[in-house]
Amino acid sequence: MSEKKEKKSVSIPRRTFLKQAAVTTGALSLGGIPGILVTGQAPAYAKGTTLHYLKESHFVPAADKAFLALAKEFGKEAGCTVRVERITQNDVRPRTAAAIEAKSGPDIVHMFNNLPHLFANGIIDMDDVAEAIGKAQGGYHEVFKANAFQDGRWVAVPEFGFAWAWAYREDWMKEAGYDKFPETLDGLREFGKTMKAKGKPIGQGFGHSENDPNIYCYSLIWCFGGKELEADGKTVALDSKETIEAVKWNTAFWKDALDEGGLSWDDGSNNRAYISGSISATGNAVSIYFMARDKFPEVYQVTNHAHMPAGPAGRYLYLATQSTGVTKYSKNQKLAKEFVKWFMTAENYEKYFDAGGTFGLPPTKMWHDSTVWTRDPKCTVFRDVVDYSRAIGYAGPPSRKASEAYSKYIIVDMFAKAIQGMSAEEAVKWAANEYRKIYA
Amino acid sequence: MLTVFVAYPFLRGIYLSFLDSVVGREGEWVGFKNYIKLFNDGIFHRAAANTFIYTIIATILKLGIGMAVALMLNNIIRFKRVLRASMLLPWIVPTVLSALAWKWMFDPTFSIINWIFYNLGFIDVRVAWLGSPLGAMASVIIVNTWRGMPFFAITLLAGLQTINPSVQEAAAIDGATPWQRFRFVTWPLLKPVTMVVVLFSVIMTFADFQLVYILTGGGPSNSTHLFATYAYQLAIATGLIGEGAAASLCMFPILFLVVIGQLWYIRRGDGTKGGA
Repeated sequence: MSEKKEKKSVSIPRRTFLKQAAVTTGALSLGGIPGILVTGQAPAYAKGTTLHYLKESHFVPAADKAFLALAKEFGKEAGCTVRVERITQNDVRPRTAAAIEAKSGPDIVHMFNNLPHLFANGIIDMDDVAEAIGKAQGGYHEVFKANAFQDGRWVAVPEFGFAWAWAYREDWMKEAGYDKFPETLDGLREFGKTMKAKGKPIGQGFGHSENDPNIYCYSLIWCFGGKELEADGKTVALDSKETIEAVKWNTAFWKDALDEGGLSWDDGSNNRAYISGSISATGNAVSIYFMARDKFPEVYQVTNHAHMPAGPAGRYLYLATQSTGVTKYSKNQKLAKEFVKWFMTAENYEKYFDAGGTFGLPPTKMWHDSTVWTRDPKCTVFRDVVDYSRAIGYAGPPSRKASEAYSKYIIVDMFAKAIQGMSAEEAVKWAANEYRKIYA
Repeated sequence: MLTVFVAYPFLRGIYLSFLDSVVGREGEWVGFKNYIKLFNDGIFHRAAANTFIYTIIATILKLGIGMAVALMLNNIIRFKRVLRASMLLPWIVPTVLSALAWKWMFDPTFSIINWIFYNLGFIDVRVAWLGSPLGAMASVIIVNTWRGMPFFAITLLAGLQTINPSVQEAAAIDGATPWQRFRFVTWPLLKPVTMVVVLFSVIMTFADFQLVYILTGGGPSNSTHLFATYAYQLAIATGLIGEGAAASLCMFPILFLVVIGQLWYIRRGDGTKGGA
């Protein structure tokens, strides 16, 4: 399917869109930017103001382009300038922390995963914006709310999630005698064993990098029935036979099926390894596929996607989300909120969602029927990952302490230690002890 | 100026280390709680041990190679300036930039080192240089040595050039071998400069951050975390400002002792020389 042809598709059914747009406009018509747009006049507080927006560079360049165009459009309508500062994803967290501590820097911050919990003291309530968007767009998926909602208040507005699935080489899979990508983890191990014997292992990173290593490792624990905490959010439950089984399985999977480079991989390593033909499959967002589509058509043609294979306890995925918050020190809070609200309205957000293809999973339910998901059947899988997704800290909330464990890479290191020779029992014990220190 | 740029951050750091500050909240006084938590923290133990290993091995390598290069450059007549200037390149290239280049060279899939070794027949599978604890530590030490060695070489070269050639000539006439001339003439005269270089290098290596942060992020499984990278991870990445400040300050008494020890040694050396 050509890119041109893809772009022609309408993102969501017209009837749904009109309905939602009407509700959105109604919900937001009490004031703010919709009003601004109608009158065509910028409010006094906006004139000459520069809004500073800090976000990560999008993995899909077209989405960045769409975002910048929207920011410009808002600036024009509101009579202000929206300065978008884009940095690498791994740097957003330290940069935001430093800004909040120094009480100087961006007005709007784009926060990964459950960072809104970590930065809750440095960002303002977004109840009005988040509630209005949620109400207008069919409600939020639970995992998005979990990451942006704390102690009865919205501390950030959910923006999108990293839809993550397995990208695999369909041609090599068929050559190896498989009709379809394995549905279970044991099947995945067998498949990987076959592929590794052919010099095309599966790729999975276990380095200190935000996305892929964490997504895979947290998900694996849940697929085996393990969990970090009890539902009370305080009692550490990591040292269970289920977690030990997950670690044992992974160590065997590493030996049988995985590329040995994985211990030092960052989020980009598996993309490069896959594109270069070194590995036959890897868990990732759709960015690999898009990169192949744009630059490596021979890889694009033979790539397909599959759901996270199910473990003994079922199929689960840690879905990393992105939320937008406004800093407490900002002198432009009102305008910043207006921008977030304006950006998230269906009419504007659709442009961003459409440009990102199926990379970004919208936080609200109205987008489920969008044709963005179906215009390339190989990407439809990304729509449904939200159905079995969870947030970190499970079965407790994705709290600040869950964030601490996350940013110390305790779960990833637990698997890495076992790969390096520590027994599964010892590795799990080590990780559980680290958790206990955090949750003490 | 000193008060603003040195004393204030230092005192503020000490103050923060006694608070339970998290990002966006000043926190309350908790006494030594942060330090106690750190002393019971396995990752902190690992970071402390790593810092010593990293500093000691890298400094020895930098001194050894730097000295050899300085002696060599001191005897080279042709292309002297070009050689000295080019040798300084690793030192003047921004660390972030060179670390990124090294990261690419260590990349398990695209490593040029792997490619060369493979084509020379030394290896038959790709080596994940940063993938094992030992390999990762060795790699960061190699890069630190590569980067820091020119500082040693140039400073020692400057020291060598202050040595009066007639002293060397006298020793040569007396029949001293090149090794004896180095051991009994060059080394004693170069020792004060060497100690100062080592002192600076130990301080910089002990508090190193950029190389490790870029190459490994402290991984795999914390095997390359140093005091500075772990303090950063605690304070900035995790938002535990108080704990991060405490981790960072743990470097201070150690470095303080190192500085006192070395300064004492240098002064003693000066005294000996003055009396001779």
